[in-house]
Amino acid sequence: MISKGDTAWMLMSTALVMLMTPGLAFFYGGMVRRKNVLGTLMHSFAAIAIVSIQWMLFGYSLAFGPDVKGIIGNLDWVALRNVGLLPNPAYAPTVPHLAFMIYQAMFAVITPALISGAFAERMKFSAYVVFVLLWSTLVYDPVAHWIWGAGGWLKGLGVLDFAGGLVVHATSGFSALAAALFIGRRKDLSREPMPPHNLPMTVIGAGLLWFGWFGFNAGSALSSGQLSTLAFVTTHAAAVAATATWIVIEWLHRGKPTVFGAVTGSIAGLATITPAAGFVGPDAALAIGVLAGGICYAALNLKPKLGYDDSLDAFGVHGVGGATGTLCLGLFAALAVNPAGANGLFLGNAQQFYIQLGAVALVAAYSFIVSLVILKIVDVIVGLRISPDYEDNGLDISLHGEEGYYL
Amino acid sequence: MKMVTAIVKHTRFDVVRRALVEVGVEGMTTTEVRGFGRQRGYKEVYRGVQYEVRFLPKVKIEVATSDEKLDTVVRAIEESARTGEVGDGKIFITELGQCIRIRTGERGEEAL
Repeated sequence: MISKGDTAWMLMSTALVMLMTPGLAFFYGGMVRRKNVLGTLMHSFAAIAIVSIQWMLFGYSLAFGPDVKGIIGNLDWVALRNVGLLPNPAYAPTVPHLAFMIYQAMFAVITPALISGAFAERMKFSAYVVFVLLWSTLVYDPVAHWIWGAGGWLKGLGVLDFAGGLVVHATSGFSALAAALFIGRRKDLSREPMPPHNLPMTVIGAGLLWFGWFGFNAGSALSSGQLSTLAFVTTHAAAVAATATWIVIEWLHRGKPTVFGAVTGSIAGLATITPAAGFVGPDAALAIGVLAGGICYAALNLKPKLGYDDSLDAFGVHGVGGATGTLCLGLFAALAVNPAGANGLFLGNAQQFYIQLGAVALVAAYSFIVSLVILKIVDVIVGLRISPDYEDNGLDISLHGEEGYYL
Repeated sequence: MKMVTAIVKHTRFDVVRRALVEVGVEGMTTTEVRGFGRQRGYKEVYRGVQYEVRFLPKVKIEVATSDEKLDTVVRAIEESARTGEVGDGKIFITELGQCIRIRTGERGEEAL
């Protein structure tokens, strides 16, 4: 039975999540040097096209199609055959199946785009296109099936992930770590300062991401009403708590509260609350936000000491945030908040915490290892990294033949 | 004829401009520049990554002047740009070989 209210909210949420990818483009675009701004925007923007096409042709069928042994969907829904305007009760019983499909498409789009922060300023565009296609097919689609697909094996074990702490942020974050290690540091990183070229652009991007995140989390209720309202409020609560925490910690630690730090904190809070948004109350969400701010701040400040070049902190924010949030769900979840969820450790159910912990370890390891294999394949067939000459001149002129700022 | 090139602080730029106009300077060229002298740089921190900023932003003012007015011009800049702190800048004076007003084709001091 189709609900007009639910359908309206799902289509609205779909548009909100779509806007997050251009938002991410700005968020990342401001952080790179001016010679790489367009190449960086292109990573996100191209992902919208590449992944949407993959999704409609076969990605959606692999992720959500009829189950094969809990591992993957079959090909019955290739090119959206059998995906129509009637609801699919297994996923969203009150909206057209096509609405659920296009909503999920936007998640599939932004996830590989998040990884692009790890290899910013030095990857070939051809390699990026092939990487995104392979990664969506071999990492995103299977993991989405395990956790969200009808019959998925992790779902069967009781793993909870409301809006993608595992499926989106842990997969992209740990793949980002693999990518940063595999592709190596940017040329001259130890000799030249590489500060962000346009932080106001990054702030605009963070604002768009925050705005879109309401569709990401509250939309994951797959209906409009009590659960979507809860997720909406917990999302905002965690974001503001993480922002405030980051400002305070940085002020105390470094002597000055930076704008870059504040917006980074907001994204860390949003990524961290994502898996838990529909399973915890607003009070727990505030606590989760504080943890997100503290833990991600520590992760980012540790990076220069460890020496790998996750250039725009895709791992430090999304990998660490997604894993933290998935564990926090195992601590703070309450059946009183959402009867379809579970109680967490703090309500005496340690079992749920162990389940979440196991899921984090598994998804992290799977994403990391399969990404390394994909990167190796892409390196052999097209070459991963641009030449030192291209790197000196920047992605914009070298790869795209244009400049972001023509003066 | 002499070319006076002064590197001054951004915060003093407007005061210097007014001082020069008051002593009768009728034209100047300015550029935003970055450089360093005895003044130390400062530190910037981006997400825990610390950078030493060695080049500080300054304004470069170029004034062409007759030998006769040179002292007045230089004193005007010196007095208006000075705060007494490190980083007040420098004045360079160089010989000016020729000056041409493009519109009329005038040469030498008449063209200044």
